[in-house]
Amino acid sequence: MDMRSAKNYVFWLFCQFELITCSYLMEPWEKVLFYSFNTGMVGMLLYTTYTCVAAQVGTALRLLWHCLGTQPDSAASVVK
Amino acid sequence: INHIVHNGGLYKRPFNEAFEETPMLVAVLTYVGYGVLTLFGYLRDFMRQWKIEKCQNATEREEQKDFVPLYQDFENFYNRNLYMRIRDSWNRPICSVPGAKVDMMERVSHDYNWTFTYTGRVIKDIINMGSYNYLGFAQNAGACQEAAAKVLSQYGAGVCSTRQEMGNLDKHEELEKLVARFLGVESAMAYGMGFATNSMNIPALVGKGCLILSDELNHASLVLGARLSGATIRIFKHNNMQSLEKLLKDAIVHGQPRTRRPWKKILILVEGIYSMEGSIVRLPEVIALKKKYKSYLYLDEAHSIGALGPSGRGVVEYFGLNPEDVDVMMGTFTKSFGAAGGYTGGKKELIDYLRTYSHSAVYATSMSPPVVEQIITSVKCIMGEDGTTVGRARVQQLAENTRYFRRRLKEMGFIIYGNEDSPVVPLMLYMPAKIGAFGREMLKRNIGVVVVGFPATPIIESRARFCLSAAHTKEMLDTALKEINEVGDLLQLKYSRRRLVPLLDRPFDETTYEETED
Repeated sequence: MDMRSAKNYVFWLFCQFELITCSYLMEPWEKVLFYSFNTGMVGMLLYTTYTCVAAQVGTALRLLWHCLGTQPDSAASVVK
Repeated sequence: INHIVHNGGLYKRPFNEAFEETPMLVAVLTYVGYGVLTLFGYLRDFMRQWKIEKCQNATEREEQKDFVPLYQDFENFYNRNLYMRIRDSWNRPICSVPGAKVDMMERVSHDYNWTFTYTGRVIKDIINMGSYNYLGFAQNAGACQEAAAKVLSQYGAGVCSTRQEMGNLDKHEELEKLVARFLGVESAMAYGMGFATNSMNIPALVGKGCLILSDELNHASLVLGARLSGATIRIFKHNNMQSLEKLLKDAIVHGQPRTRRPWKKILILVEGIYSMEGSIVRLPEVIALKKKYKSYLYLDEAHSIGALGPSGRGVVEYFGLNPEDVDVMMGTFTKSFGAAGGYTGGKKELIDYLRTYSHSAVYATSMSPPVVEQIITSVKCIMGEDGTTVGRARVQQLAENTRYFRRRLKEMGFIIYGNEDSPVVPLMLYMPAKIGAFGREMLKRNIGVVVVGFPATPIIESRARFCLSAAHTKEMLDTALKEINEVGDLLQLKYSRRRLVPLLDRPFDETTYEETED
């Protein structure tokens, strides 16, 4: 039962997407073209996230950890 | 902006009009939708030009390809690529009288709306929310139909002449006296076509050297009449009295553009109910301004005659004003009287002048006798002169239906434009795919609606327009509301961000008004 209502919900969301982007009005070959273009764009976005963003986030975290790591020494010197 | 106005005692009752603003997200998504369709439109045009796809729309002949292009403007692009996709919601053929329920012929299209074929089946008993049948006089049985049938057997159907030559029947004289009495004016004249009444009479009234002040959202017939007359036309913002007053002041102070002479005549063109917005004109203020600046008023009561006012005499009676204040009262018999044609009413000298100088009187064929008899019977019914209270009951039923329907739709959360008392109810759809989807889904559920899109409305403000009728019973309205609720949830049409406090279902009372919370 839960699976069916979840499937219905996903189908309803897809219908809303179709209505907003007007793919509800398109002929089947136009729909294929439009969806493949969209899927291609989303796929490329995910690939870029996976390759570049993860590496950048890792570098940013390492920098932050480095700043935090050296902080107790400098704080102690300021207090004294 | 929702406001209740009591302008210096000009209004005897609260004037509730609301045009809720388009939510920002909805506007952005509507533009996204139109953007996608425009891109696909360019793709399809490219394919048609390079013969990859068969071209089914009108194009120039091969020899004319080097001439100035005929079909390259935005209107034709829109027609080929956007209108064609949702064309099945319009021009639907009906095959019964357009009363509260109507029969429609089923049609399908196998090539995406370029051609239609009829399956032969007739869809019966569709609840009709699109016909201008405000008082329910579109009937094929009853007193009006019997009288019209008798006159048909006596006079025949054609008149074969114009009013000025041999087409002036005694029925026309009777009709005009009756209409003058109904409106409370000295004299009236009736014409065969409502559109022609406006477009042919305004040129007879004003000419070069006169000024026409016309509302932004006036009907095409008024615009055509104003342009044909040759007068200078200035537009004021819709129902905005400050804009109108500014234009009047400028006209009086500065006069005509180059010579600075005073204008020969200033004519203000307004409508009683605007059919695309459902708004009612602010008549008391317009009349006060007209008297102050000494100009003339032309009131087009196409949708409001029979539909407003406690005894159905239109917007003048709705506001409790004197019909002699309006210089030219014009209306049509198409909407509330179940017939066809238009009339103008006013002072006797004015109507006698129009009888001689109007193009419609000189060149247009006069009204057909059965149609005249239908109008005479329905006007007598509304006035109560046929001995029954049917007319009065219909007017009250229409007012009750209007209040109930509008309140229920607002409670559900749709954006509804217009005045609380107008029987024209526009429900905002905005997105182009939803225009087609709404029309089709409502037809699947046996309700016929009229959806309106770009050339008639601004491009993002497309809407579904319901026209209520005194012939709709409460059960029909409840069925329709249930289906609209379902379709609204299915298509996510409940954009309104203001929630009304739900009122108890009180009987119709002329002094009630809604309370809103922001």
